[in-house]
Amino acid sequence: MKSLAELQAIRERAKANLDLRKENPNAARVLVGMATCGIAAGARPVLNAFTEEIAKRGLTDSVTVTQTGCIGICQYEPVVEIEVPGEEKVTYVKMTPEKAVKVVNDHLVNKNVVTEYTIGANTK
Amino acid sequence: MRELSLNVMDVAQNSVRAKADIVKITVIESDKDDMLSITIEDDGCGMTEEQVNQVIDPFFTTRTTRKVGLGIPLFKLSAEQTGGSFDIKSKLNEGTTTKASYVKSHVDMTPLGDINSTIEILIRCNPDIDFVFTHTTDKGSFTLDTRELKEVLGDVSLDTPDVLEWIKQYLEEQTQIILGGV
Repeated sequence: MKSLAELQAIRERAKANLDLRKENPNAARVLVGMATCGIAAGARPVLNAFTEEIAKRGLTDSVTVTQTGCIGICQYEPVVEIEVPGEEKVTYVKMTPEKAVKVVNDHLVNKNVVTEYTIGANTK
Repeated sequence: MRELSLNVMDVAQNSVRAKADIVKITVIESDKDDMLSITIEDDGCGMTEEQVNQVIDPFFTTRTTRKVGLGIPLFKLSAEQTGGSFDIKSKLNEGTTTKASYVKSHVDMTPLGDINSTIEILIRCNPDIDFVFTHTTDKGSFTLDTRELKEVLGDVSLDTPDVLEWIKQYLEEQTQIILGGV
């Protein structure tokens, strides 16, 4: 059973690299659109895929995953924006958990934007 | 929405945007009484009586990025299509309470779905807001109160990966107990 004592242990461990996490100015941000349109289109499994793959890759200190609202392109949901400091923001559209894994590996790990999933490649 | 838990995630965003400090999400389900109810209560900025009447309308939204707001209408529909009821109460500067009640065995009942995932994501994405999640079935009840967790964690944030993993496992364990029976 999960106990509060266990949480206490997590606290002691987490305190050590607290400053590291808080003050990482180079942290990339993954913003998943989670308004009605995004949620209905399947944003939740996409967000979960991002957090799982980022944890698997050991990137939790350098990448944060968070939700954002509707940015007005509901027909392209699930929409995910990736902000890497010093680089132009990239908007991925019609995302799936499978695409999310590829974006983590190609974009966040290897620094290659997955052009075929971007909004530029998907607008008619 | 394929799952009611997705409606909850959607409607809880309204509380987040209303700058709530505490969001209470309560799910009560009973096979005995053939009912399920979901209550989302916040202490955010609230709405005027006029606004409350407007949010039921799909073509009302406070947002400027688009012209429709479907969150509340979809939640309301999900309840009413089962022969259940829907209620939204709000007071300016005090908060809003939204309650949807369902007839569980109705053919148009949407499954609750992965409510734990909804709670985990809400905490992950809004570590500064407190969430109180209570899930009750015929077999028991449990509550996750992030205020209690914060007391133990001190200045370690709720969105620390190990803490989120703890929350996830805690929710899983507790849910198994109240759904599976001991």
